[in-house]
Amino acid sequence: MKRFAWLSVILLASVPTIALAAGAVEGGSKQAINWSAIGMFVGFVGLTLAITYWAAKRTASAADFYSAGGGITGFQNGLAIAGDYMSAASFLGISGLVYTSGYDGLIYSVGWLVGWPIVTFLIAEQLRNLGKFTFADVTSFRLGQTEIRILAACGSLVTVAFYLIAQMVGAGKLIQLLFGLDYWIAVVLVGGLMMIYVTFGGMKATTWVQIIKAVLLLAGATFMAGAVLYKFGFSPEALFTKATEVHPKKLAIMEPGSLISNPLSAISLGLALMFGTAGLPHILMRFFTVKDAQAARKSVFYATGFIGYFYILTFIIGFGAITLVSTDAMFLDGSILEKTKSGIAAIKGGSNMAAIHLANAVGGNLFLGFISAVAFATILAVVSGLALAGASSISHDLYGMVIKGGNANEQDEIRVSKIATLVLGVLAIFLGIVFENQNVAFMVGLAFAIAASCNFPVLVMSIFWKGLTTRGAVVGGFLGLVSAVVGVVLSPAVWEVTLGFAKGSAPIKLDNPALFSMAIAFAGIWLVSILDRSKRAAVDRDGFDAQYVRSQTGIGAASATAH
Amino acid sequence: MSNLAKIERDPNYQELVRRRSSLGWLLSAIMLFIYFGFILLVAYAPKFLGIPLGGGVTTIGIPIGLSVIVLAFVLTGIYVRQANSSYDLLIRKIVEENRS
Repeated sequence: MKRFAWLSVILLASVPTIALAAGAVEGGSKQAINWSAIGMFVGFVGLTLAITYWAAKRTASAADFYSAGGGITGFQNGLAIAGDYMSAASFLGISGLVYTSGYDGLIYSVGWLVGWPIVTFLIAEQLRNLGKFTFADVTSFRLGQTEIRILAACGSLVTVAFYLIAQMVGAGKLIQLLFGLDYWIAVVLVGGLMMIYVTFGGMKATTWVQIIKAVLLLAGATFMAGAVLYKFGFSPEALFTKATEVHPKKLAIMEPGSLISNPLSAISLGLALMFGTAGLPHILMRFFTVKDAQAARKSVFYATGFIGYFYILTFIIGFGAITLVSTDAMFLDGSILEKTKSGIAAIKGGSNMAAIHLANAVGGNLFLGFISAVAFATILAVVSGLALAGASSISHDLYGMVIKGGNANEQDEIRVSKIATLVLGVLAIFLGIVFENQNVAFMVGLAFAIAASCNFPVLVMSIFWKGLTTRGAVVGGFLGLVSAVVGVVLSPAVWEVTLGFAKGSAPIKLDNPALFSMAIAFAGIWLVSILDRSKRAAVDRDGFDAQYVRSQTGIGAASATAH
Repeated sequence: MSNLAKIERDPNYQELVRRRSSLGWLLSAIMLFIYFGFILLVAYAPKFLGIPLGGGVTTIGIPIGLSVIVLAFVLTGIYVRQANSSYDLLIRKIVEENRS
């Protein structure tokens, strides 16, 4: 505990000094130091560290560490899920997309939401009834432990790794802009705080960081959207009229534009977003933090409401930015002569800063500081959830179940997961710095594609299909994983943009591989399972009935432990 | 194992499974239909989504897109309501009857 206190003090004390030093040396492309932002950010970090301290004293068992002892209520978990899911990429990215292209942003918002009903109808309750700490508990319920745990760990870790790199690079760039910090300092700060939250406070601290962030983000976005609508007499029509007048694309921003040109590509992306949501390990893990299936079900309902509401707000915020930011020279980047692809004026820091500048336009410097601090909090909450999911996969699935065969000493397992968190944190910082100048936009799409093509098919088939065998799950799951990765590498986004091959030379024209990688995974699982005549296959199929009864009724499910 | 067979024969259990599965898969199918219907409109009929509503600049695509979001929430609500009011009751009965 003493170690923790020291670390926190050093970290807290160093924030303003680092900012000052960085600002004094550089300047230029970075923003001037924003003191109100730093003040509010230090407040947030102080509060979350205090919570981490509180949580650390209450985190003793493996159940505390992985699932907050199952003591989170449905409503709290709904907020935490929303906090885990609403990333800075979706807040700043979607409002930025609306800023440049209008309606196209809404297409993304819709895609990011529609996975949640599927999670509610088919997965949430069954997951809670069958599992304990990770979704691999569910997929390996009646199948061969070793093989399935390794498959699930690969699926989880690859998903987490790509998602984490994308978040780290985004975080570094964002914080560089918002706070005037150097890129590497920003990445180290995010990685460092993430390691503190997770290693000391486990799931309890992570959950509360996510809840606080969700409340702050929802409040901030509500205020911003409200202020925009207020300026237009609460008439969306008046807002849209003004936006179509000032946007160079005029009325075209009110309909789908060039974002989706290839119908197959659109369907493929839709599949990845919808089913990827149901296969993200850090999201699935959240269902084990509540006391029973009933609470799990309620928590997705709340989460769906919060997330849907938030995406509607980002749409209004994007249009607000068109009317209030693109028309104000103060926010525009005069050094960029050519305009953005859609023709709208380039803003300082790029179109992802649309929401941030809008905060300044509607609420002045103080509110700008608030939204900047919220954006930082958003990143911290998401990376903490990711790190915890990755670490759990290593310690619970690989160490506890594969290496120790399910007989690991609880304290050893917790120690392994803390070490794994530190390793993941250092790795994330390192990769964040390595990828600084790379285009990492494809990585989030890749993470969703892998989740949809490896984790989701195995999970849903294991819950609902009696014929699934260990061999079928392993072969199909790995086929899905490999085809998703290969599909992304051969797609235009990586082949042409990142690897620099000639435009139009990408072997696969789909931006997201889910359409075929999901098909390959399901076909592989099905075919290999029905052809499987091994002894293990008979055991796998025999185990289904008992599993199904438990998944439906919760009889025998892991109970909540701490209160 | 005998307990398992007993639960499987329990009419409450059979009713629970039948009702929950049919509602769950039905709502999933509706959600898929709504979402991919929207995506197909975006892909094949972007001009349809660009039809203005009542002479203003707001297009028909705005309420359609927003209603996909709202419907996703409403469908989730329908499932949760149904589960809270009837599935939980059935589950409680099953658990009580099969306590050994």
